[in-house]
Amino acid sequence: MAKKVLMKGNEAMSEAAIIAGCRHYFGYPITPQNEVAAYLSKRLTDLGGVFLQAESEVSAVNMVFGASAAGARVMTSSSSPGMSLKQEGISYLAAGSLPCVVANVMRAGPGLGNITPSQADYFQSTKGGGHGDYHIICLAPNSVQEMADLTVLAFDLADKYLIPSMILTDGMVGQMLEEITLPEYKTPDDLPEKDWVLGGAKGRERNIARTLWLYPEDAVEKNNILLQERYAYLQENEIRFEEYLLDDAEYIFTAFGISSRICKGAITRLRESGIKAGLFRPITVWPFPYKALEKYSLNKQVKFFFDVELNAGQMLEDVKLAVNGNKPVHFYGRFGGYVPGIGEIIDEFNKYV
Amino acid sequence: MNNVSEKNLEKVFTRPKSMIETEFHYCPGCSHQIVHRLIGEIIDELGIQDNIIGIAPVGCAVLAYDYWDIDMSEAAHGRVPAVATGLKRVKPDTLVFGYQGDGDLAAIGMAETIHAANRGENFTIIFINNAIYGMTGGQMAPTTLPGQITSTTPYGRDVSDVGYPIKVCELLATLATPAYIERTTITTPKNVLKTKKAIKKAFQYQIDKKGYSFIEVVSSCPTRWGLSPIDSFKWIEENMLKFFKPGVFKDF
Repeated sequence: MAKKVLMKGNEAMSEAAIIAGCRHYFGYPITPQNEVAAYLSKRLTDLGGVFLQAESEVSAVNMVFGASAAGARVMTSSSSPGMSLKQEGISYLAAGSLPCVVANVMRAGPGLGNITPSQADYFQSTKGGGHGDYHIICLAPNSVQEMADLTVLAFDLADKYLIPSMILTDGMVGQMLEEITLPEYKTPDDLPEKDWVLGGAKGRERNIARTLWLYPEDAVEKNNILLQERYAYLQENEIRFEEYLLDDAEYIFTAFGISSRICKGAITRLRESGIKAGLFRPITVWPFPYKALEKYSLNKQVKFFFDVELNAGQMLEDVKLAVNGNKPVHFYGRFGGYVPGIGEIIDEFNKYV
Repeated sequence: MNNVSEKNLEKVFTRPKSMIETEFHYCPGCSHQIVHRLIGEIIDELGIQDNIIGIAPVGCAVLAYDYWDIDMSEAAHGRVPAVATGLKRVKPDTLVFGYQGDGDLAAIGMAETIHAANRGENFTIIFINNAIYGMTGGQMAPTTLPGQITSTTPYGRDVSDVGYPIKVCELLATLATPAYIERTTITTPKNVLKTKKAIKKAFQYQIDKKGYSFIEVVSSCPTRWGLSPIDSFKWIEENMLKFFKPGVFKDF
């Protein structure tokens, strides 16, 4: 049986990047994700990889563009204010079909906000963030174990679909310590062949990493059609979610990331007092599990949905789209970097019962 | 005389084989096509067509990948040195060069420029300085001369309002790390050859892993300057070169 280790979320994510075969990391300091750079600066240097502290988030994400175009498994990480700066680069990576992993260890905003945990970048992460019609795969871990598992998955999905993947987490999951089992280390043979990379056109036609299409014969719309087809495929084939005590649930909590952990605690307590509550947790917040959630909205026994987030109601819009008016959807959010406790959530829930 | 057949003639001047057979989109009298050709000749001479990556900027040279038959990347505005860093750090044995204009390099991309130079990234930046934004309609650049009229300085660049033009070679030469920094121009055949020599030397330094190299080419923009190609070259000689003096600023 694999060895259990005690790790912080940010460190588990960093080690998982190594496990996934990532040997190139570019980043810029920002709290609460500084453990990532501290961890990888040592690990990557010891492994003969590349750790580079860039002059800005803007620069770091464009270094990722170059490293991805050269075929490397590459990662950058940041937190909310820094993620705003990375959005330009993410739009270019998406346009150029360049795989990479970007981690956002969210803190409160807008502006400098606070360094405390938040989930207020849901819109930015799942609806585009930068300019143009694009999406990125967006995975939302709710435990240190998932910080590791989903990071490896993020690299694999990015390479499989030629798309940036994001780990959308928060300061609490990033900072907390839990016992986990690390996934198995990939060898170079486990990594996919890439025939589109830049590196000198020896014995082949030249390759171009581009995001500009000026001429009618290779119009930008063609690239957008390609991207939209990819997104449609992902929406059918790469949805991930957790269903917790939903079979008999009359009240369905919806939450992602750290909020879902607190909701589980609330559900346990509610069940102890005879209230049949359950949790639907999107793990891929993009692509969002609309159909799976809609199915529950058609269950006769379900009385309402209760969405809990550390923001003013962002995933709430997707929950409402999925529920499609079939049942009421109530919401409770804290959005000042404050994390509510179980009692506070139950008190809010009870207002609607 | 009229009986000379082609087979008796030796072709002594041809398109570099690393260049794609097409027409440039650049205006007549623009310096881009001169420097593009020089790079093509150098790629041929060094035999590196299959082991080189070029990076196009945002600006008139955004379509540079249409002209060299080599691996190419685009970059967001100003981010050429960052993209080059990513490429070179993954492919340390492939020659990487970035090609940038004055707005791209010295305005929006100044942070990337200085920090890539300061890290001593082992790649080459070719800087086309024509003192104006060509593609977007002739706006003031960070290298626009004092008093120079542009579409955003209709009364001439007022240094009391927007400061003096930035001398990038001199700025980068204050850093300890860069290996080679030179400013040239293309106003005469002799200057064109000097430019070629400088770029070739920069590429050779990179191959020899000596570190960061930077070649500024003081260049023309007849269309946005409102001058004929010939007068543009005169304008470079009489105005730009007095401010942007050619020379070697660093050579290790």
